[in-house]
Amino acid sequence: MNLFDPASLNSYLIIAAVLFSLGAYAIVSRRNAVSVLMGIELVLNATNVNLVAFSRFSTADLRGQLFAVFVIILAAAEAAVALAIILAIYHNFQTIDVNEIDSLRD
Amino acid sequence: MIFAGIVLVTLASAFVVVTAQNLVRSAFALLFTLAGVAALYVYLAADFLAATQIIIYVGGILVLILFGVMLTSKIVSVELYQGSARVGRSVLLFGGLLFVLFSVIFNTRWLTRGVPEMKPTTREIGRLFMTDFILPFEVVSVLLLAALIGAVLIARREVRK
Repeated sequence: MNLFDPASLNSYLIIAAVLFSLGAYAIVSRRNAVSVLMGIELVLNATNVNLVAFSRFSTADLRGQLFAVFVIILAAAEAAVALAIILAIYHNFQTIDVNEIDSLRD
Repeated sequence: MIFAGIVLVTLASAFVVVTAQNLVRSAFALLFTLAGVAALYVYLAADFLAATQIIIYVGGILVLILFGVMLTSKIVSVELYQGSARVGRSVLLFGGLLFVLFSVIFNTRWLTRGVPEMKPTTREIGRLFMTDFILPFEVVSVLLLAALIGAVLIARREVRK
């Protein structure tokens, strides 16, 4: 089967597409801010798989891998800042339900 | 065979991450997803990235997320159980995204060259960071510093005198 062939570009693209869609699903469906953050991590990982797969099969050099390194660094920075914001929100609202944090709305 | 197992573990644990009702359970499922992606990097001959994925994602970001879970919920209370809202529309978005991505993947003739042999990449990545990619490398190091200081500033409690 196509999906389970480690030497074809398509199998990696399919895996990344499924990971990306699952991450997007988590981002829109979850109510807990930490779960939304996990969805974002899934999306970033899917992107990285795509970058590395194209780097191996299409360009045959290391630029895609370098981009993936930058994405990982940005993901680390993003996770630190996002969790700091989540903690601050928890101190102010006593909840991290993204549907209830809407004091800017009215 | 091994590849099929890795793919199945990665996708199944990602599914658990987005559907589990228990927040801690989805954080631990994320561990297997991230490790599975690291194994995919090994199949893609990206040894440096596989090690980086384990060190930063599994050793760093996942621990941060677990800290976030533990600091924002009372462990024994019901709050740890996370509800999912708008499931119908979210499933629709999931299916739509998957359909668009699959149709793109299968209808495009991707430019592929012969698969190069696997060789160590760390030395070459280090060389590229110090030559062609020196500017983004420095920018990203300043960004990391700013993000860490900013995170400390946001998360601390103000003490009023």
